[in-house]
Amino acid sequence: MKATVLVRPKPGILDPQGEAVQRSLQQLGFSVGEARVGRVVDLELDLGDSEQTRAQLERMCEQLLANPLIESYEIDISG
Amino acid sequence: MSEQPRPRIAVLVFPGSNDDRDAALAFERLGAEPVLVWHAETGLPEVGAVALPGGFSYGDYLRCGAIARFAPVMNAVHRFAEDGGLVLGICNGFQVLCEAGLLPGILRPNASLSFVCRDVPLRVERDDTPFTARARSGTRLTIPVKHGEGCYFADEELLAQLESEGQVVLRYEDNPNGSVAGIAGVANREGNVFGLMPHPEHAVDPLLGSEDGAVILGSLVDAARNLLPAAA
Repeated sequence: MKATVLVRPKPGILDPQGEAVQRSLQQLGFSVGEARVGRVVDLELDLGDSEQTRAQLERMCEQLLANPLIESYEIDISG
Repeated sequence: MSEQPRPRIAVLVFPGSNDDRDAALAFERLGAEPVLVWHAETGLPEVGAVALPGGFSYGDYLRCGAIARFAPVMNAVHRFAEDGGLVLGICNGFQVLCEAGLLPGILRPNASLSFVCRDVPLRVERDDTPFTARARSGTRLTIPVKHGEGCYFADEELLAQLESEGQVVLRYEDNPNGSVAGIAGVANREGNVFGLMPHPEHAVDPLLGSEDGAVILGSLVDAARNLLPAAA
């Protein structure tokens, strides 16, 4: 089973990296509004049914992959 | 006058730590006996305090300090802190303590996105901690910072708690990294764990431009010495 975890800075959290990307894109002539930069973690795992897998992935996010104080996460499981 | 007893202070060494020897040298100079402890150790030697030094433990992978918290020695640090032991985290050590849940909040990339490396003025907010007892509240200390990810963050609720419980020990007078409320150093609720981004170990000799770091590290040496059994 494969899963993808998307980690993003929470709304309202200052994202200086996103601001730098936004400014750079604008300098290249692209018309963009806010840019925010997160992180993608692709995982291969074998944990039984997809409900169990999701529960495990949520624990992974809470305990390591994201810092819940500043980051939100999204889990996508593909067969 | 006979020489005062030298308390032992553990300085942890992670792969990527690079201020461990500076910290050890500073503690030695200030009257302690530093003991370098490798991250793979499962226990701590008999010590009066533990210091987590600056550097880039585990290459700062994922988030600064996020991987170091799994080092075997950190279990022993948790137990040491739970028993009331004195724990100091400097820069990367501060980041590790936050990720390990021993200190509240988290350190994020500087608001400027630039690495900052300069002396900064700090205001001592609490002088009744084992880390600042040699100072007076309101004292200004000048200590260098050198970090890319030193922007302290706590959400509104946590910040209100830190302020009301008096956990903010050091504040920047000229915020170099965008930290909320100018926070440069925080303690846990119990007051026995403390982390700061500035590097006191780089400010213990006039040759280095400032001796103000000795106020912090010397306070810890005093506190560790006071824990020693009274000499016969």
